[in-house]
Amino acid sequence: MNLRRDVFQAIADPTRRAILLLLATQSMTAGAIASNFDTARPTVSKHLQILTQCELLKQKQEGRENYYQINAKKMKEVADFIEPFRKMWDDRFNKLETIMKKYKTKK
Amino acid sequence: MELKTKISAENGKQDLLITREFDLPLELLFKAHEEADIVEQVMGTKVLKLENKKFGGYQLETKDGKGNVVFQANGVIHEFIPNKKITRTFEMGNTPFGVQLEVYEFEKLTDETSKLNVHVIYESVAQRDQVLKLPFAQGLNMAHDRIQEIVGKLK
Repeated sequence: MNLRRDVFQAIADPTRRAILLLLATQSMTAGAIASNFDTARPTVSKHLQILTQCELLKQKQEGRENYYQINAKKMKEVADFIEPFRKMWDDRFNKLETIMKKYKTKK
Repeated sequence: MELKTKISAENGKQDLLITREFDLPLELLFKAHEEADIVEQVMGTKVLKLENKKFGGYQLETKDGKGNVVFQANGVIHEFIPNKKITRTFEMGNTPFGVQLEVYEFEKLTDETSKLNVHVIYESVAQRDQVLKLPFAQGLNMAHDRIQEIVGKLK
């Protein structure tokens, strides 16, 4: 089994999760990504390689620069990553409803 | 089952709309946004200040067991119309997410049900998407913790 290609293995590392977040809204070159971390550049390259291997990231050539971006197919669109956000509000509103129902019966 | 809380966020826009219907009379739904001790229970955070009036402000804070501040949020209240509307800003302390404008609209459906619309406007499209991804990122963290837990048991 090639663990390198496993998505869970890929997101198990905090630096790799930080890279995914960083690329969530923009594509960036390896150099620009590395400048956000104290880690040595080859280490960041290694992380990028792993994320690319498991298809969470893809590369795009623009002129002489090689940009990394989130692979939309794997990470999906706003509609999908919005679900945890929706769930957070739903939980909060459910709690509100429960609290206020008790409040009503107390009166 | 139909989802009770709906979020509408179009690609490439800097706002979003949260809607929810409550099995509560309008007055109780509004009260939950007005009284500090209820806000504390719903949000799971301390309310340091809550001035429900035009030119008022609010401040929320959560401390961990050691007394370190782990969450801080504040804003100003622009409009406060009981049982109808609250317009306020929201800013989370120590984060790069900027300030967002929030418009809460409260609506009576029947004597026993009501509806809340929250329109949130961010400083930019990128900022909105970043905030939207926060719980997603926490989900990733949770996935990580679960992996560690499982791996830990294997040892």
